[in-house]
Amino acid sequence: MEQSEAELIAAVLKGDSASFEPLVVKYSPRVFSTARRYARRESEIEDIVQEVWLKAFGKLKTFRGEAPFEHWLMRLAVRTCYDFLRGHQRNRISSFSEISEPEEDWLEHFVAEPSHAAEDADAAKMLIDRVLEKLSPEARLVIQLLEIEDRSVKEIAEITGWSVPLVKVRAFRARGEMRKILARMTQDKYL
Amino acid sequence: MNLPELQNKLIAAARLKPPDDRVPYAFEKRIMAQLAARAAADHRMFWARGLWRAAAACVAVAVVFGAVSLFLPATPDNGNDLSQDFENTLLASADLPDNSAP
Repeated sequence: MEQSEAELIAAVLKGDSASFEPLVVKYSPRVFSTARRYARRESEIEDIVQEVWLKAFGKLKTFRGEAPFEHWLMRLAVRTCYDFLRGHQRNRISSFSEISEPEEDWLEHFVAEPSHAAEDADAAKMLIDRVLEKLSPEARLVIQLLEIEDRSVKEIAEITGWSVPLVKVRAFRARGEMRKILARMTQDKYL
Repeated sequence: MNLPELQNKLIAAARLKPPDDRVPYAFEKRIMAQLAARAAADHRMFWARGLWRAAAACVAVAVVFGAVSLFLPATPDNGNDLSQDFENTLLASADLPDNSAP
């Protein structure tokens, strides 16, 4: 008979670590999807996810069951991703000279006809990934959660552990930072 | 260049293409192996930490007793020398004059 999530967690807390495996199987796709938003290399993504699960196992005692396990786990995953971003800050300082040809074509197309540049183009996705990589960890986290995942300020405050006013301030700064990066990118290419 | 529009387009592009959720083969086995290795390491760490604490406590006790014996004033010698008393008791029979001799 299949055990419920609460039963599995209770069993793990009693010392049956094998009961943790079904939880890993069930939620790993979500954790991988989250980690892929913040890291590009597959080895880094696997390291992040592994770290999330090891932390989850170690901190399972702190899960009180008031919210779904998935929410608790995703909060842990986002915080681990944020730690990863902070640990890899120096990698983001680079120029836009390495923009690929499709990205350059997309930008040119946008400059010529802004309304006709396709949002679903792979080049646009590559370009936004490149811009996100250049943001500070705080800015990247806020842009990701607020603008891309469309979460509310309150939700972001719960996930990150920041206060609501701090999230608002960081969101304001993040938009400014992003605009500056875009300005530099377009200056590099078109001025 | 219309930067706000570019920003909106790029964010829309990111929204349209969410990252994939593919999991590497047998990833859960890897996690479970890591947890098992960690538990074994924790067990060893538990004993190592306990033994180090015990050693530290022993050293502290030795230091305290050493300091006490060094700094406490020596008891005045009032003639009660234990070694001398022991020797006298042991050799008492040898020191006694032999009265049984003719």
